[in-house]
Amino acid sequence: MTRKQRRLILIGSSLGVLAFAVALVLSSLRDSIVFFNSPTDIADHKAAPGKRVRLGGMVKMGSLERGDNLQIRFEVTDGNKDIPVSYHGIVPDLFREGQGVIAEGHVEPGGTFTADTVLAKHDENYMPREVVDTLKKQGHWQETSAPNAAPVKAAAK
Amino acid sequence: MIAELGHYALVLALALALIQSWSPVVGARKRDVALMKLADSTALAQFAFVALAFAALTYCYVASDFSVANVYENSHTQMPLIYKFTSVWGNHEGSMLLWVLILAIFGALVALFGGNLPAPLKANVLAVQSWIASAFYLFILLTSNPFRRLAEVPVEGRDLNPILQDFGLAVHPPMLYLGYVGFSIAFSFAVAALIEGRIDAAWARWVRPWTLLAWMCLTLGIAMGSYWAYYELGWGGFWFWDPVENASLMPWLAGTALLHSAVVMEKRNSLKVWTILLAILTFSLSLIGTFLVRSGVLTSVHTFSNDPARGLFILLILMVFIGGSLALFAWRAPLLKQGGLFAPISRESALVFNNLFLATACATVFVGTLYPLVLELLTGDKISVGAPFFNLTFGPLFVPLLIAVPFGPLLAWKRGDLYGVAQRLLAACAVAMVGLAAVFAFEGAQSVLAPFGIGLALFVMAGAVTDIAERIDLRSMSIEIIGRRAAGLPRSAWGTAVAHFALGVTLMGLVSASTWGSERIIALKPAQTVTISGYDLSFDGMVNRDGPNYRETAAHFTVRKSGSVIGIMEPSKRVFPSRDGMSTSEAALLTRGVSQLYLSLGDNNADGSIAVRLYHKPLVLLIWLGALVMALGGALSLSDRRLRIGAPKPATRIVAQPAE
Repeated sequence: MTRKQRRLILIGSSLGVLAFAVALVLSSLRDSIVFFNSPTDIADHKAAPGKRVRLGGMVKMGSLERGDNLQIRFEVTDGNKDIPVSYHGIVPDLFREGQGVIAEGHVEPGGTFTADTVLAKHDENYMPREVVDTLKKQGHWQETSAPNAAPVKAAAK
Repeated sequence: MIAELGHYALVLALALALIQSWSPVVGARKRDVALMKLADSTALAQFAFVALAFAALTYCYVASDFSVANVYENSHTQMPLIYKFTSVWGNHEGSMLLWVLILAIFGALVALFGGNLPAPLKANVLAVQSWIASAFYLFILLTSNPFRRLAEVPVEGRDLNPILQDFGLAVHPPMLYLGYVGFSIAFSFAVAALIEGRIDAAWARWVRPWTLLAWMCLTLGIAMGSYWAYYELGWGGFWFWDPVENASLMPWLAGTALLHSAVVMEKRNSLKVWTILLAILTFSLSLIGTFLVRSGVLTSVHTFSNDPARGLFILLILMVFIGGSLALFAWRAPLLKQGGLFAPISRESALVFNNLFLATACATVFVGTLYPLVLELLTGDKISVGAPFFNLTFGPLFVPLLIAVPFGPLLAWKRGDLYGVAQRLLAACAVAMVGLAAVFAFEGAQSVLAPFGIGLALFVMAGAVTDIAERIDLRSMSIEIIGRRAAGLPRSAWGTAVAHFALGVTLMGLVSASTWGSERIIALKPAQTVTISGYDLSFDGMVNRDGPNYRETAAHFTVRKSGSVIGIMEPSKRVFPSRDGMSTSEAALLTRGVSQLYLSLGDNNADGSIAVRLYHKPLVLLIWLGALVMALGGALSLSDRRLRIGAPKPATRIVAQPAE
């Protein structure tokens, strides 16, 4: 076998693996990315019911209700619209009313958001960047709160 | 005074680094020995001054000198002593200081132990190290000065983020940085080789121990980070495909590929251009990792603070080093002479196969990690790419790689016999099949993939055993021959087998813990019992305790199996008054063999019950044990005489084409 043929085999198989990887990446990107939405986006029906999305904003003051069997309900607000969220499970340590939150789940046909994952911040000073942007967009952002975030995850199945 | 001393030492280190940036290069050009030798002294002095700066900051922490802003923001007088040490790097400024300290350590090590290197190569390597060092000293001094004083001295500090008040902080960042920064040596060697326009098999022999050392540390650093996240974040996951985790995984994948391609280069003088490229890419990915974590473009546990000037500065460093080295590569790589030929079925090809899949897997992680950033920049859409993406792309790419692992070491160099190797792996295959069948028989078809995963893990492990068995001629049945062969086997061969075996161990842990783990989330009142996987946990009541800088509420659980008590678990919640009552959950772990019970607390309910999250994780400890053994394999290989950092020069040096 000549050097040229060997190189051809090498390059051919590399391209094969790369093509395989590109196909994998494209097919899984289509299925597994999750869009971030503000409460206003959800209220405007930007997310189709049943599709997996993230909802970010503040937990509305006075909206948190704890039900039986670890069921909780709260509202996520961006100062413009409020979206009711229901969640079953344990929320992160720093999940509180008046604080930033990201919920992952889907919108029910009735407009309620069912979350299977709740992310809160990681430190008392920080807030998820997406939430900061959302609040700024609605003009409810005060510069006194420190920017930036570190979400802690809480997942429930 | 001490803080100013540290600041001043850092400025002096920068001055030395600037001298070291050009003098050795000029010396190497003009063959001026004195100029080249200067780099040794400056590298050692740089280390001394950075160590002084680091010691100064540590002193400020231990002495709780709150006039230093960094100490005020991240320390507290009541904090246990070990956290006063570790919080030195539990913040942005201090962690960058640790970064340059490790860089200086590596520079000093090259100066001390590089005596067997050709003088011009050593001089150029130290110069490239200094370019990196200068950039990071400037970054620290201009944007992240850890020694900044406060005009008014506060009485008490604001305490370290409670999540970081853990032993993990003592191990995870230093190990990870030793890995990241260790790859800078491979990078410097690659750039130096490109500057000289020549490279030979001996080059690979010098680079390999450094790469191995960095790889070992990175392996341990990632494993420690994963275990820390597992027990600290309170929901039992060990890998989240979080962008910051990916940032450390990418250099690991590229570094693993580099480790393997350097073998081909050392043994067969082949794959030179590719090895150089990998060395550049591995360190570039380490820099990108630093950028992603430190610039605040990503939000995670690791984000300490967000200052656009810093992000811009690191982005600039990134562009100069990655762009510059790649441009140099494009310009000079064609000068490097091609090496030995090999057949499509050979050890070389097996290692190329390894590199191909590792590099591709690394590329998919790269795409998944950066795609959201790029998309937001282009369209403004905010998305997240989560675990499903990585499982779907990374998994299929790793399966062929893992199948190939046992084949590699058994194939001959230059031209191998695939059929012969397959025959020798029959026993390993049989072990895998038996394991697969057993899992199917006991667990049923609740998950189709899991039995295959276990089978694959067994195949990799048995393959490593086969490798050693073949080499020590186990079939001869003669203890004398086996003993002699085992003693004569190079340590690097043992290292390979041990590390490959460990890969199987980790895979087994991953498959088992993610498939057969059980989970219960439940609200409990005192005296109630919850059952999981045959364990009964009864909730005895709450206990209140005071820690050094926190108040703790712990739930007392007694764990029974078939009626007899096997242990006590006390998950707790800690409240830190110094941090405005921020609370953390401390999970309780009960280890049974290599499996674990995991219990963490949620909220108190109005009816007096408490929410708990309970997991049974079968074989979960294998994940990290595997990583530990993998690093041990690296250490074995590193202790090989041939690779020791101060090893003698090879007898024959193959000299490639000289520069221009």
